[in-house]
Amino acid sequence: MANIEKYMRKAALPHIWCPGCGNGILLASILRAIDKLELDQKKTIIVSGIGCSSRASGYMNFNTVHTAHGRALPFATGIKLANPKLNVIVITGDGDSTAIGGNHFIHACRRNIDITTIIFNNSIYGMTGGQYSPLSPTGTQATTAPYGHIERPFDIAALAIAAGATYVARGTAFHATMLTDVVVKGIQNKGFSVIDAITQCPISYGRKNKMGGAPQMLQWQKDHAVPVTAVAKMKPADLVGKFVIGDLHKIEAPEYTAEYDKMIARVAKKGGESA
Amino acid sequence: MNKAQLMQGNQAAALGVLAAGVRFFAGYPITPSTEVAEILAEELPKIGGKFIQMEDEIASMGAVCGASLTGVKAITATSGPGFSLKQELIGYACMAEIPCVIVNVQRMGPSTGLPTSPAQGDVMQARWGTHGDHGIIVLSPGSVRESFDVAVSAVNFAEKYRTPVILLLDEVIGHMRERVEIPDAADITVVNRKKPDGPPAEFQAYKPDADGVPPMAPFGEGYFHHVTGLVHSYSGMPASGGAVTDELVRRLESKINRAQEDITLYTEHFLEDAEIVIVAYGGSARAAMAALKEARAKGHKVGMLKLITLWPFPAELVMRATKNAKTIVVPELNTGQLVSEIERYCGRERVVSVTRVDGELFKPAEILASVLSQGGKS
Repeated sequence: MANIEKYMRKAALPHIWCPGCGNGILLASILRAIDKLELDQKKTIIVSGIGCSSRASGYMNFNTVHTAHGRALPFATGIKLANPKLNVIVITGDGDSTAIGGNHFIHACRRNIDITTIIFNNSIYGMTGGQYSPLSPTGTQATTAPYGHIERPFDIAALAIAAGATYVARGTAFHATMLTDVVVKGIQNKGFSVIDAITQCPISYGRKNKMGGAPQMLQWQKDHAVPVTAVAKMKPADLVGKFVIGDLHKIEAPEYTAEYDKMIARVAKKGGESA
Repeated sequence: MNKAQLMQGNQAAALGVLAAGVRFFAGYPITPSTEVAEILAEELPKIGGKFIQMEDEIASMGAVCGASLTGVKAITATSGPGFSLKQELIGYACMAEIPCVIVNVQRMGPSTGLPTSPAQGDVMQARWGTHGDHGIIVLSPGSVRESFDVAVSAVNFAEKYRTPVILLLDEVIGHMRERVEIPDAADITVVNRKKPDGPPAEFQAYKPDADGVPPMAPFGEGYFHHVTGLVHSYSGMPASGGAVTDELVRRLESKINRAQEDITLYTEHFLEDAEIVIVAYGGSARAAMAALKEARAKGHKVGMLKLITLWPFPAELVMRATKNAKTIVVPELNTGQLVSEIERYCGRERVVSVTRVDGELFKPAEILASVLSQGGKS
């Protein structure tokens, strides 16, 4: 059992999350990953946006920033570029990262800046009481979709891959140990990493969509998750309504801050020659 | 050695922030401020600094906040439409007390307006653009050389008072070229933010010193703390008590207002015997100066108070400078923004607002006519 207490601000507890919320499980999975990698606590920065997910930063004993709605990635980009020696981890939600922060998200992917982003994906705006998000499935009942949601949701992983992220994975609150493994790989990846972490919101999503309480929603995660290793053996029809978990994408590409440092060295050399 | 150079106000502002120690810029292209970004894109890598063109104006402001939290002096540059977009995170920087400078080269608005025409329409937005009560420092230089000096002051004030500072140029100051001599580095005063010196375990990130400003620990040095736009206690953690909220909101304004004297930059011209005082700033002050000289040549007792610091509004200074004036003339390239502040402190009956909002500059003759129509002949 990893000792994650040293990474917690115990004075900030109890947390504000509702009974049955999966966010605490995701937070513990991230802390276990930090512990496993033995990251220097002083050099590790946690940046979050606004929403239920983003309250996680307040419970973590590091230099932490709870930014404005959707803006975690611009702050994180400034931190990482100003001091590339820092490990920068972003905690955000599905609405935070793909609606109001959607532009920042695709450009952080494109830049391949060495930041690990964990998206607490509960398919709903929980903090404001259950409005549909870009991850709400078609047909979702939400306070702003009283007749059923008519839009189509994003696939965060496909979006991240298309935009240029170099490591993309998916996990769930149910698969907490596996989630730690993919967060470890995300942090190890020298580039922009995206972890789509599916979590349950029994109060603002589950109740309205007749999914039961937290145990039933965790069971749903278990029943609908398909390990990426099993996909090859399955027929497309078997995958309908399911989602794939595990490592979804890993490529090598130049990392932004490393390229910037090379540019500085190049400019300095050029200056030296002309002098 | 003749060090004179011909340069634009935007260039002088860029060189000024570099001289003040800025090593990070994030921005988004927008007329008429783009030269600031272009110059810093070229200069920053040469000295190990960082430049990034972000995906939008909001992101630029976010990256500036992030960089500043690591202890680096950081700025952005924009113009009207971009300044509107940046208001969200200017408010964050006020609340979380993140030092930074926002250069706003004003253009004619509202909306897209006239992108390459001068205006001074952002004076009130610079003060109150972001929601909620807050203090802010707004500086408006009136020449190319002043753009350099005031850019240095802007960075210094941001660091000293842990606040965003708006460097409010207007298009004509930003794009005009003048012959200037840039001072030697040794002659430039550079201020750095104060850091905590106690043990990290006892660190309270938002506990102010006697001057109302908390010391700031750069990220990465073991002073763990939480930064949030929520109302927070001394520890930085979210809090919602009435007393905590009241103290914080009032301090964000009072830490700046109490330093009014240090922050107030201005020049005085022929005020000793002036019966008519022109109060002007930015590009309008240049036409006003020409009008003033002409009026003096004709024997009229006219003087000028040229403000560089617009906010916090230097009420004491304006009242003192206009104490003996029968009339106060306030030319602005807007429908009358700073004039309301002057009326507030000097009385409406003495104040004459001269405005222009057609995208053109004041001609000295226009201001002179306004001055002479006030019966300033002695």
